[in-house]
Amino acid sequence: MPDKMKNKTVSDRRKFILRMARGAGITALGGFVWSAYVDEVTASPLLLRPPGAIKEEDFLKTCIKCGLCVEACPYDTLLLAKPGDNKPLGTPYFIPRDIPCYMCPDIPCVPVCPTGALDESSVTTNGELDINVSEMGLAVIDDESCIAFWGIQCDACYRACPLLGEAISIVYEKNERTGKHAFMKPVVHADICTGCGLCEKACVTEKAAIFVLPKEVAMGKVGDFYIKGWDKEDEKRLEDAKEIKTVTEISKKSAIDSLNSGLGDLY
Amino acid sequence: MSLSRREFLKSSAAASAAAAVGMSVPAELEAAAGQAEGGWRWDKAACRFCGTGCGIMMATKNGKIVAVKGDPAAPVNRGLNCIKGYFNAKIMYGADRLTQPLLRVGADGKFDKKGKFVPVSWERAYDEMEVHIKKALKHGGPESVSVFASGQYTVQEGYAAQKMMKAGFRSNAIDPNARHCMASAVVGFYQTFGVDEPSGCYDDIELTDTIVSWGSNMAEMHPILWSRVTDRKLSDPERVKVISIQTYTHRTSDLADTEIIFSPNTDTALWNYIAREIVMRDEAEGIIDWDFVKKHMIFTAGPVNIGYGMRRAGEKSLKDGKYTALEMEIIDKEMKTTVSAKEGPALEPFGYKAGDTMKHTGGTLGHWEISFEEYKKSLEPYDLHYTATIVKGDPDENLESFKEKLQELANLYIEKGRKVVSFWTMGMNQHTRGTWTNTLAYNVHFMLNKQAKPGDGAFSLTGQPSACGTAREVGTFTHRLPADMMVKNPKHRKIAENKWKIPNGTLNGVGKQHIMAIHRGIEDGLIKFAWVNVCNPYQDSASASHWINAARDMDNFIVTSDGYPGISAKVSDLILPTAMMYEKWGAYGNAERRTQHWRQQVLPIGDSMSDTWQWIELSKRFTVKDLWGAWAPSGPRKKALPSVIAKAKAMGYSDNTTMYDILFANKDAKSYKLDQKDPIQAGYDNSEGYGDSRNVVGSDGKVFDGYGFFIQKYLWEEYAAFTRGHGHDLAPFDVYHKVRGLKWPVVDGKETSWRFNAKYDPYAAKATKETGNSHAFYGTLAKALQSGTLKGKDKSSKKKSLANKAKIFARPYMDPPEMPDSNYDTWLCTGRVLEHWHSGTMTMRVPELFRAVPEALCYMHPADAKAKDLKQGGLAWVESRRGRVKARVETRGRNRPPRGLVFVPWFDEKVFINKVCLDATCPMSKQTDFKKCAVKIYKA
Amino acid sequence: MATLWNNYRYLFFRRFTQIGLLTLYFGANAWGWTILMGNLSSSLFLNIVPLSDPYAALQMLFAGAVIATDILIGVLIITMFYLLIGGRAFCSWVCPVNIVTDAAALLRRKLGVDEVSKRQPASRNMRYWVLALSLIISFAMGVTAFEFISPISMLHRGIIFGLGFGWAAMLIIFLFDLFVLKNGWCGHVCPLGGFYSLVGKFSLIRVQHTVENCTACMKCKTVCPERQVLHMIDKESLPVLSGECTNCARCIEVCDDDALSFSIRKLAKNKKTGE
Repeated sequence: MPDKMKNKTVSDRRKFILRMARGAGITALGGFVWSAYVDEVTASPLLLRPPGAIKEEDFLKTCIKCGLCVEACPYDTLLLAKPGDNKPLGTPYFIPRDIPCYMCPDIPCVPVCPTGALDESSVTTNGELDINVSEMGLAVIDDESCIAFWGIQCDACYRACPLLGEAISIVYEKNERTGKHAFMKPVVHADICTGCGLCEKACVTEKAAIFVLPKEVAMGKVGDFYIKGWDKEDEKRLEDAKEIKTVTEISKKSAIDSLNSGLGDLY
Repeated sequence: MSLSRREFLKSSAAASAAAAVGMSVPAELEAAAGQAEGGWRWDKAACRFCGTGCGIMMATKNGKIVAVKGDPAAPVNRGLNCIKGYFNAKIMYGADRLTQPLLRVGADGKFDKKGKFVPVSWERAYDEMEVHIKKALKHGGPESVSVFASGQYTVQEGYAAQKMMKAGFRSNAIDPNARHCMASAVVGFYQTFGVDEPSGCYDDIELTDTIVSWGSNMAEMHPILWSRVTDRKLSDPERVKVISIQTYTHRTSDLADTEIIFSPNTDTALWNYIAREIVMRDEAEGIIDWDFVKKHMIFTAGPVNIGYGMRRAGEKSLKDGKYTALEMEIIDKEMKTTVSAKEGPALEPFGYKAGDTMKHTGGTLGHWEISFEEYKKSLEPYDLHYTATIVKGDPDENLESFKEKLQELANLYIEKGRKVVSFWTMGMNQHTRGTWTNTLAYNVHFMLNKQAKPGDGAFSLTGQPSACGTAREVGTFTHRLPADMMVKNPKHRKIAENKWKIPNGTLNGVGKQHIMAIHRGIEDGLIKFAWVNVCNPYQDSASASHWINAARDMDNFIVTSDGYPGISAKVSDLILPTAMMYEKWGAYGNAERRTQHWRQQVLPIGDSMSDTWQWIELSKRFTVKDLWGAWAPSGPRKKALPSVIAKAKAMGYSDNTTMYDILFANKDAKSYKLDQKDPIQAGYDNSEGYGDSRNVVGSDGKVFDGYGFFIQKYLWEEYAAFTRGHGHDLAPFDVYHKVRGLKWPVVDGKETSWRFNAKYDPYAAKATKETGNSHAFYGTLAKALQSGTLKGKDKSSKKKSLANKAKIFARPYMDPPEMPDSNYDTWLCTGRVLEHWHSGTMTMRVPELFRAVPEALCYMHPADAKAKDLKQGGLAWVESRRGRVKARVETRGRNRPPRGLVFVPWFDEKVFINKVCLDATCPMSKQTDFKKCAVKIYKA
Repeated sequence: MATLWNNYRYLFFRRFTQIGLLTLYFGANAWGWTILMGNLSSSLFLNIVPLSDPYAALQMLFAGAVIATDILIGVLIITMFYLLIGGRAFCSWVCPVNIVTDAAALLRRKLGVDEVSKRQPASRNMRYWVLALSLIISFAMGVTAFEFISPISMLHRGIIFGLGFGWAAMLIIFLFDLFVLKNGWCGHVCPLGGFYSLVGKFSLIRVQHTVENCTACMKCKTVCPERQVLHMIDKESLPVLSGECTNCARCIEVCDDDALSFSIRKLAKNKKTGE
């Protein structure tokens, strides 16, 4: 093999390796930037999804961003996230303070979903569509800025609620300051509230004192190891109950290790 | 703060006593006049909206109102507000406030009925008004000049308008929108007590055991009172019962122990059922307080064939064919109806049975005394079965359980020692038998001796902030003069003429041009000039299309004074920009007879001027010669009105003396001095008194620099003089600027909480001095009656005086003129929502309230919607014989009608529901029944 | 006039299809038309037939989503369609970004940018790397990775549902193509183009070169956005077999010598090329 040829081959091989390395490098860099960006835009926990939306992490996988739900909405409630909205691009959401979900009984946005990201079965009761069981979010009240807690006769949220008396009810309480009036304080019931946001829209304070958050954000969670003794329904949670194993700072070492760890300053 | 009832009474009495010696309010609660350090000033005022009459404080900064707070010292609300009250600071600052007079002008610059609005000067505006008023006077005399007045006038504005109309123009064609809201209550008061306005007060709420809301959504329409009701319920949940009696479920039922859904109009039957229980069970159980009844009551009856207050055969527009055959189907019932199977049994004691033809004559107030036995006969039909059958309003409710509820209701009223307050507003008043229903309420309370006592009484709540204070007490009704006097009564006219220093015989004795008569008069061509003051009659009147056509397509001149461009402004020929509530000195009177004053807080926007100023400026344009000559018979007035010019001259006036000099800038008036050292006036604007820094060019083309005297105080004091000594006494102007309102009669500086009750009302105490009776119903109207039976008056009987007595009326259930049939198959009920005030001209401009409730919805039962193929949230036509509107269907939420009824609020000019409503009225009170007509509903 | 038509007829049809489809989508959202609802990610044709982007579905699969039947049917229809007419026909006949990049390429020619920098600094194989990367990220992060940054959807969705800052993405692509890399986005980066290149390998409709007629004017190579696919020009009569050809037909219409035309791929293997 002539030197020249050899050199050329070597050089070609080196070029190839170099090219591959460069490609891999660029790919890694691109991949890093890309992942970081995707991570950023999908980390939008305050988004409210259309009725019937599956769990957010599955939703991001499943939604194909076709906008059919948006087109089906008769109130222009649903929006597709645009570049600049800082929301997972192209996915449907709504801003209740602008346009809430009016809770159409025929839920036109859900059956059109081609991917099942909006799950018809989750908004169906006894074989019929039932918007009242949807869980778009949960209304939360800031009782510092809610004027009903000042004693003002407002309850605009209560009157706006499509599930009036169930999702929001009024708690009556004596106003000891005036001695002759009653507070009428709105209370949201998490098990009924669909998160439609009609209350948030209706709220008369400058920034709504009642607002809808995604349920996971708004709610805490009780461990499955304690069941309400007075509530038969609560036993359902046992279905999720797992084997219990606990570790704390004091128990992280095995028993024998901790017994053999010396007596320290016990005496 | 949990006072026992006795302590409560004591403390409220102490408070009134303190008010008398002028040390009533603790210093820290006093409305501070001076400038505060922060650069803003707080001053007291009343809320602009409903009849509750909450006290508020306004913060002013750089000449604008910047904030509001509930007045902690105000006894009604103790610093609280509802959400309308919460937005008082925002109502005057809408982007489309009217700032200059606007006139419809043609291409040649002259007034043109078909022209477009262009800004004109105040002078030009008044030139046009003068021309058109003179034209109208020439056409049909004083009856051709009319005013749509208001229950939202300040007391002084109402008084100025009434004085110029009745004394100046000699026209009684002035009637307030309050006609639409509580005229039936007024006639009910007059018929029962002989004098207007409630006997009780809001303290009844804290003192009672039972609150019954009759056709009134107090939770939304009187929220602060409702919070007091709620508090009462919380104080003693077992003892205190709340009953909600409605035609559909709404917010008020939330608190109720029992809800009774009744079929529209059958509340009359329900009241009679309770009365029947009282009367029929009396012998066995000793229910009636006979001692009280015998001393204080008589039994009475009147004719039943009184029509439905619609147009009558022979009226011009009917003859001219302005009404379609469809409309005539209903209007014909004004003259003749066939007694239905539903009303037949109720009418039997009155001589009619099902299938009979009933010929109607126009409504009459006449009535006569009957025996208790006759009264008892009138109640016989209302046994539980008949009552429950016709009253039950929810077709899906079980009749037997409904009967149990009725029984429970009657028992609550009857229960010995149980205090009961019955509240109502529009449901009982807007009713083709509204006057009757009002009187039926008192029947029950009277027989049980549960009226005009602390915690006991039937209590009519008013809708508007000064329906009582201005419309009723000042008397801006066609038939009234100040302080319960009547234009019909020559003695009353004389009293007014003397007080007003005008010739005897000036005042016109025929007061029949109520608000619907004004609309109809315009349509008939009788009325050629109409001025809209502080109201929106082209949005708020039923059969609206007729009145709008008449205003736009006929030869007449319509003027609207308003802050914002509503439907009435749009329909007008001339629009006058008008100062809103806190841009002028004023006073309002609420539903518990509480009068509250406020100062001018800020200058009006643009070139706006107050209604008072507008009236006074108009008075400058007319002289004795123009107005006080003889007038030929016209419209409802069948006799000529004599000339009083000679008498006027004898009084020292000349042909050319202006009404301004006589009625407003007289010697008396000028004695009320403007004085910046007066603590009431110091530091406050008075645009009418001084003019102001805007230098508005006035109606004479010159900068207006004020009348030079304290016009508002003058008007107040002259008006208040009418009230004193007649059980209506108002306190001096200055006193009201120191306290948080006082409930009249204010006698010796003390307010009165329970009228007619000798313990609390000095007038009653005086009247019972000799008899030692507990009560004196000292009203004087219709207090001498002939006698008869249910079927008629005994014409030969002698009139018997019934001084200090009240009346119990025998009055049957009757059908309304329009009821659902196979074509128009649904009841339509209209009304209000908490978020918006009346026609929405103010509240629809508050962004928060607009966002909360941007449009009027058609509330209906989901099963009805399904049957009519209507979607929740979808658009539907609501169509009656008179017209149709499109509205969104709402099957959920705050209002839940039973099957067969829909509710559409009327605040939204885009859902113009009054095009659909029928202008049938109570024939006695002339108040329109907005609560029922028949419609069909179909997909739009 | 006839020449003009002759030289631009396919371009006209392509623009007509691109804009026509956009209009149908836009009308569905704005006026409730039901001919074609949704967008290029997934649509509903005549309210019945689902149409879905197979590449998006592939990402969903990698992300771990359960693929619904509607999507499977839609993917099948679209895949069959492009298998038939040439995978990258999507790029030149449907994709709206094509209008932007074509404009950039045109301007680039007019400005003579290529004369200044002849060497293209990047490989056209980059798109396959991007494609692979998108699937890796989809798998790793459990989201449809490209769908969150795709300028194609950004523009297309933007036109139908509101653009937001999407115009900035378009501007970047335009400038990138104009000054940085010739046919940069569509010819080098776009993984969707890469995906359809792979699908397009098997398609039936092909551009055929007839060497006998060729005058070697090289106009075709000048306009071709994927000029490497035209390696046979002036050499031998061959169909364009590379999947990277977008079937845009610009080469056909600029050829004055009848040396290029559409043909149906022979079902039998072409011995000469061994394919």
